[in-house]
Amino acid sequence: MQSEPQAIDRPFIQSGRSKASDVRVRNLGDRVFYVTARTLASCVIVLALLLVADLFRGAWESIRQFGLGFIVGTTWDPVARIFGTLPTIIGTLVKAAIGLLLAVPISIGAAVFITFYVPKWVRPIISYPIELLAGIPSIVFGLWGLFVMVPVIRTAQIWLKAHFGWFFLFDGPAVYGVGVLSGSVILAIMVIPIVTAISRDILLTVPRLQIEGMLALGATKWEAISKVALPYARVGLVGAVILGLGRAIGETMAITMVGGNAFTIIQSLFDPVHSMASQIASEFTEATYSLYVSSLIYVGLVLFGITICVSLLAQLLIWRLSKGKVAIFE
Amino acid sequence: MKRSLVLVVTAVAFTLTAAALHAGCPTKGVKELTGAGATFPYPLYSKMFAEYVKACNVKVNYQSIGSGGGIRQLQELTVDFGASDGIMDEKQKAEAKNGAVLHIPTVAGAEAIVYNLPGVQRGQLKLTPDVLADIYLKKIKTWSDGRIKAINPGVNLPSTDIAVVHRSDGSGTTFIFTNYLAKVSPEWKDKVGFATSVNWPGDVGGKGNEGVANSVQQIPGAIGYVELAYAKQNNMAWAQLKNKGGAFLEPSLESAALAADQPNLPDNMEVMVTDSANPKAYPLTGFTWLLVYENQKDPAKGEAVAQLAWWMIHEGQQYALPLEYAPLKGPALKKAEALVKKIKINGKPILN
Repeated sequence: MQSEPQAIDRPFIQSGRSKASDVRVRNLGDRVFYVTARTLASCVIVLALLLVADLFRGAWESIRQFGLGFIVGTTWDPVARIFGTLPTIIGTLVKAAIGLLLAVPISIGAAVFITFYVPKWVRPIISYPIELLAGIPSIVFGLWGLFVMVPVIRTAQIWLKAHFGWFFLFDGPAVYGVGVLSGSVILAIMVIPIVTAISRDILLTVPRLQIEGMLALGATKWEAISKVALPYARVGLVGAVILGLGRAIGETMAITMVGGNAFTIIQSLFDPVHSMASQIASEFTEATYSLYVSSLIYVGLVLFGITICVSLLAQLLIWRLSKGKVAIFE
Repeated sequence: MKRSLVLVVTAVAFTLTAAALHAGCPTKGVKELTGAGATFPYPLYSKMFAEYVKACNVKVNYQSIGSGGGIRQLQELTVDFGASDGIMDEKQKAEAKNGAVLHIPTVAGAEAIVYNLPGVQRGQLKLTPDVLADIYLKKIKTWSDGRIKAINPGVNLPSTDIAVVHRSDGSGTTFIFTNYLAKVSPEWKDKVGFATSVNWPGDVGGKGNEGVANSVQQIPGAIGYVELAYAKQNNMAWAQLKNKGGAFLEPSLESAALAADQPNLPDNMEVMVTDSANPKAYPLTGFTWLLVYENQKDPAKGEAVAQLAWWMIHEGQQYALPLEYAPLKGPALKKAEALVKKIKINGKPILN
């Protein structure tokens, strides 16, 4: 089973490569196109490097002042000019993780349902609203979250605290509504459309013959999906989840509205806490001295680093799943 | 009687000078000015500038990127004027490329302390400065605390925990609020201090006025601070705050406008008028300023900026009240005029 996608991919990629080297010498038009494409591709890389360099330049004052202690520092005091960002790192990662935990089963479930259970003509009727959801600006999610979702979550929190208050995750100091739980739920809602849409496209690429073969062997539909379709598509599915994670970590506006934005290390799901991206966006405009600005850029640099780490971990996961295939080198 | 006569005479004199200066708007071909800075006065400034282009045919592009950004752009000379809700500190002044920067006040704004106590209506709750500071320091934790009860006899206060809500984004509103707390509470000054964003002892941060207002409205027992206009439009319950003279006052533009009407106002107007000594003034009040270089390098632009500033503190003032800003009055207006007259080209004042 595992060799199937490779068997399909490899020859195509290899022939693509050899063709590229052939056309380079063959005629002028292709040669011009090749050079243009290569230039544009290197532009992207140069842009990324420039971005990192500029982040370093901007954060330099803060790096010199606080060093790596910035990452484990727990005080953010613009008056005393002491900056550290550990609480927001934890806040960002916890909210993104819980958001994904909520979003992934729903998304993949929805994708499986759309792909395998509904007639072909019904698919667009279900998929279209989901894709529409992906196009809604995050500020709209944020305001909806603040005015509609947060009161509902607050009611749920009161119930959870009353019945499960003995469990540390549900034992906030007070019930504010805004906080980790609200942030995670809004992230889940925002991530679902992306993960669903990509998962559906990936599941659609599973060869029908394989599933039909499985069914012919006497497997139930559930067995065909869980033993053939999902394993076949898992590399792509992990990719979809990673894209969702990227959006969750970088989400700014909506999470600012409902996250509670306190600068503390969270102890329960009810605690209000800042996210890195939302802190940068919130404080940048009124950051009045250079060390303050520099520290906010440093937060951006750390966020960039975290995003890279997460993406590398994801590559590692895909590599393990597909036994030796690293998507980044494909 | 005598005093009021003097006032009338000065007022008439001002209007006349204003009219004289304004006539014809001599702008020497300058068609556009750019400014950047504070978001708090943005609704007013956009109204003012829309009127100014009709009156004087000078288009003013104002980017409300925040006070910090306004100060940075002024320092780098990328704008003709800046705008800020806070005063530039010494280091920022030293980094300004064209030397001395004038802080010209344009309007004042007031902030309301809003709360969510079922059954306690607008204006029924009274707060003293020390109680407010201790609530925000998390030293007073419940509404049934003896110190709150002592100043609110007859008000039915619940035993709910107080949920303290603050702005999570850097803002002039926070600057004014924390500046006030630092003036009235030595402990706040030591532990927290004042800035556009501080290290809050507690609890929840909301983005913008809407974030704070919404959290306050949803959490029973919450307290927060928002711009007066926002509290009015959303019918929020606000507290009476005890001022320096000992009077309990509800926030209003009239009492906010009086904050600057106090003795010992410095000529450069680089002063936070929070906790005003005026016995009729609401204490949570602050100016917003235009930032202009005293020595203008470009004669035409310099003159246009001076004309604009003069217009804003005179004709422009009529748009303040409808948009919920407190217009300049009395000594504040007089000192603002003196500041505009200090704008120079080659050492010579532009307006006279």
